[in-house]
Amino acid sequence: MDRFLFLTVDGLTHGAVYSAFALALVLIWRGTRIVNFAQGVLAVATSYLAYTVTGRSGSYWLGFLAALLAGLVLGAVVERLVMHRVAGAPPLNAVIVALGLVLVVQGVLGMIYGNQYLPFPAPFDRSAMTVGGVPLVSRFDLFVFGTVVLLMIVLALLFTRTAIGLRMRAAAFAPSVARLLGVRVGRMLTLGWALAALVGALAGMLVIPTGLGLHPTAMDTVFVSAFTAVVVGGLDSPAGAVVGGMLVGLVLSYVAGYLGAGTAPLAVLALLVVVLLVRPAGLFSGPQARRV
Amino acid sequence: MTGWLHSCRRTSVPTLARHLIGVAVAAVALLGLTYVLDPFHDYQLATAAAYLCAAAGLTVLIGQNGQLSLGHGALMAVGAYTLAMVQNQFGDHGVIAQWTVVVSLAAGVVTATLAGTVIGLAAARLRGPYLAGLTLVVAIALPAVTTVFSGVFHGDQGMSVFLPPVPDQLGVDFPMERWQAWLAVAAALLTLLALANLVRGRFGRSMRAIRDNEVAASVAGIPVARVQVVAFVVSAACAGLGGGMFAVLAQSVSPDAFTLTLSLNLLLAVVVGGSGSLAGAVWGSLLLVLLRYWADQLTGGLALSAGLRTRLAGNLPLAVFGLLLIVVMMAAPGGVQGLLSRAGRWVGGRLIRRPSHRAEVPAPDAEPPAPVVSHS
Amino acid sequence: MSDLLEVEGLTAGYHGVPVLHGIDLRVPAGTICAVLGANGAGKTTLLRALSGLIRPSTGRIAFDGADLGDLATERLVRRGIGHVPEGRGVIAELTVEENLMLGGAWRLGWAGVWGAARAGLRRDVAEVYQLFPPLAARRRQPGHQLSGGERQMLALGRALVGRPRLLLLDEPSLGLAPRVVAQTMALLRQLCEQTRLTVLLVEQNVRSALSIADQGVVMSLGRVVAAGDARRLADDADLRHAYLGF
Repeated sequence: MDRFLFLTVDGLTHGAVYSAFALALVLIWRGTRIVNFAQGVLAVATSYLAYTVTGRSGSYWLGFLAALLAGLVLGAVVERLVMHRVAGAPPLNAVIVALGLVLVVQGVLGMIYGNQYLPFPAPFDRSAMTVGGVPLVSRFDLFVFGTVVLLMIVLALLFTRTAIGLRMRAAAFAPSVARLLGVRVGRMLTLGWALAALVGALAGMLVIPTGLGLHPTAMDTVFVSAFTAVVVGGLDSPAGAVVGGMLVGLVLSYVAGYLGAGTAPLAVLALLVVVLLVRPAGLFSGPQARRV
Repeated sequence: MTGWLHSCRRTSVPTLARHLIGVAVAAVALLGLTYVLDPFHDYQLATAAAYLCAAAGLTVLIGQNGQLSLGHGALMAVGAYTLAMVQNQFGDHGVIAQWTVVVSLAAGVVTATLAGTVIGLAAARLRGPYLAGLTLVVAIALPAVTTVFSGVFHGDQGMSVFLPPVPDQLGVDFPMERWQAWLAVAAALLTLLALANLVRGRFGRSMRAIRDNEVAASVAGIPVARVQVVAFVVSAACAGLGGGMFAVLAQSVSPDAFTLTLSLNLLLAVVVGGSGSLAGAVWGSLLLVLLRYWADQLTGGLALSAGLRTRLAGNLPLAVFGLLLIVVMMAAPGGVQGLLSRAGRWVGGRLIRRPSHRAEVPAPDAEPPAPVVSHS
Repeated sequence: MSDLLEVEGLTAGYHGVPVLHGIDLRVPAGTICAVLGANGAGKTTLLRALSGLIRPSTGRIAFDGADLGDLATERLVRRGIGHVPEGRGVIAELTVEENLMLGGAWRLGWAGVWGAARAGLRRDVAEVYQLFPPLAARRRQPGHQLSGGERQMLALGRALVGRPRLLLLDEPSLGLAPRVVAQTMALLRQLCEQTRLTVLLVEQNVRSALSIADQGVVMSLGRVVAAGDARRLADDADLRHAYLGF
């Protein structure tokens, strides 16, 4: 029972990060109908920057801030320089370009930092505090939770309560109408990518300390989990992404805890296949969404 | 050497015969080439041919059928591990003969076909990014099988592959690399032959019809789901053969040879060569090998510290591959073969000076390599 | 009287194929100009060219005395050109209120999340609710739940929130009950007289369009074949038979 509780907390913590990462995928999907396969490597790139900044300055939080800012800039640059140019092309072209980006970023990071795992610090103690005699949750877990919840509140407010959020949604739902209403659609899409990359960067900062360390492929499995979360929840649904992320986090935690850590990737695959076969439209989105 | 695949003009020779002649000519030419090349370059030729087996199948899937798979690297692993295990069984039982390689390659093709059927069925209803995502998960998850069942697959270490030595009839000095090149080239040519016929036939038309307009295809009575699955299975079989050849070349198998990066390399070969074009797959596979070689030459020629050199060794080609993928996608979605056919048409137009009949000059009936997907 | 909109020799089309051939048009401020003609006459294309959705190949468009040149749609909106497109363009996923706010959201810029600009926008939206009370009752409902008439109100109201000086209306009467059409037309007339709004009204419903218009333009195959006072056009029997079908 103790172990179950521990695994549940662990699953929810990882699930929170998957939720955030999945949310970033949804953000871009809704705006541009592109699944951003490069999101994982972009988050890795910003984490490497944080690593360098923290190493040079000695301050974790300076690195943290640098990663978020870099995410914002990187997202905008990628959209303007690359993704923007394949926006009108067939959907596979955007996927392929994003995959090209994966290779470029992984290659460049490998050239700069090498392909060994670098130790990546956590800002808070990662050892679990005991609650009622049971080692349950660490300070870092609480930090992760708090950050993700805060992020979600901020995003929800941004999109539902501000004029810029309203314009971003309009640009995503109906770009041609939005233009007629004076919305600078191109700018909104760039902003969407920037925001998504920022969220991705944040997720990277939260998840990499819990893994093997920093590596050019460190976010591959996180991307896979988040993609599964998005498919579970429906690519068009932010709420679905959050619930899906939590669900994937829990499933992975139980599977890894009871069947051995190596089985987690296979569990993701199995989960994905089952969802696609049983409920292909996702749990939260309309029936027509899947055939793209 | 493979211009025949796409430059077949209107002739009276039946398609199959024309393809057979092409394969025979290419086989003879390549056979000669292996004697010219030194063992190192023979091995590179063999590597390109092994890539080609898988890339040719993938280009049909992506370019002719519009399905993007990132799981073909994993399917190659299936073929490779099967070959390794069957081959080692032969070795353990003292069966040492050349036919064992054919048998275990066939076994690799069979298991990859089975795996491809499972994935293809699960993916039959998926399109675009969903299919890419599912196959991406396959690519990342499947190597975990080797760790989970490390008793069978020996985890991260992988295992070595028992191979019969070079046939005695070829002489004592005959290098192993040349023999491997023969095997790989034979596999690649057979793959091309089979796929060329498939693409030319009714099944090819069905695939393209679905790629161009799925609704219209299904209205026209094409069994969309079945064609999609079969196309996936066919390309999985090719990946299995390519993976088996990989194991034959390396004489070992390990999970880190079949990562997502391998799938992305295959994608690069397909896209750079010209998606949907078998000739393009040839260019792409050659390029994969050559780019690595050039990158090694470049970093080897510069005065670099040892640490920097190791960092550049694997990563420079990776970055170049990615850049190439992006640039080709944005600038020339038809790939090398697309550019070649355009150049060919231009030169042809110049050489055949019949200005008064220009409008009547028939367009080459070889269809231009399909852009990755030219439909919306 | 100065002309708010001046169009001279406008040629435009799609993919290099011209649809409009040398259109000339002048609309004085505070008036309604009806653009009439059969399907395929180029009416919608004219509106699209005026709001920057397609680029004219030749010709000149001047708005309030200034040449519009190659300005993008988003900029034309800021100059005061509002366009209610074919099919009305109600964004189905946004609520009625969000659709309305969006009409003037461009005025808020980057910073205007709270503050005076936002309050001004709220006032404009409140005015639309007064103009169209049914919308007020449905302010929290998503656009896809509205009836055809309500969508029309929403589209028109949303355009008005943008405070346009020139309003381009594409077939506002399409699919609406005659009573609603009459109300809409009367409202347009009223707006023009009270706020000096200028309207370019594309209509199939010739009678009701000419009933409120000051002047009319008849198009056929991308050319202006007749233009002039609305009443005179309505009385010209030959013209009616040849181009307007009543």
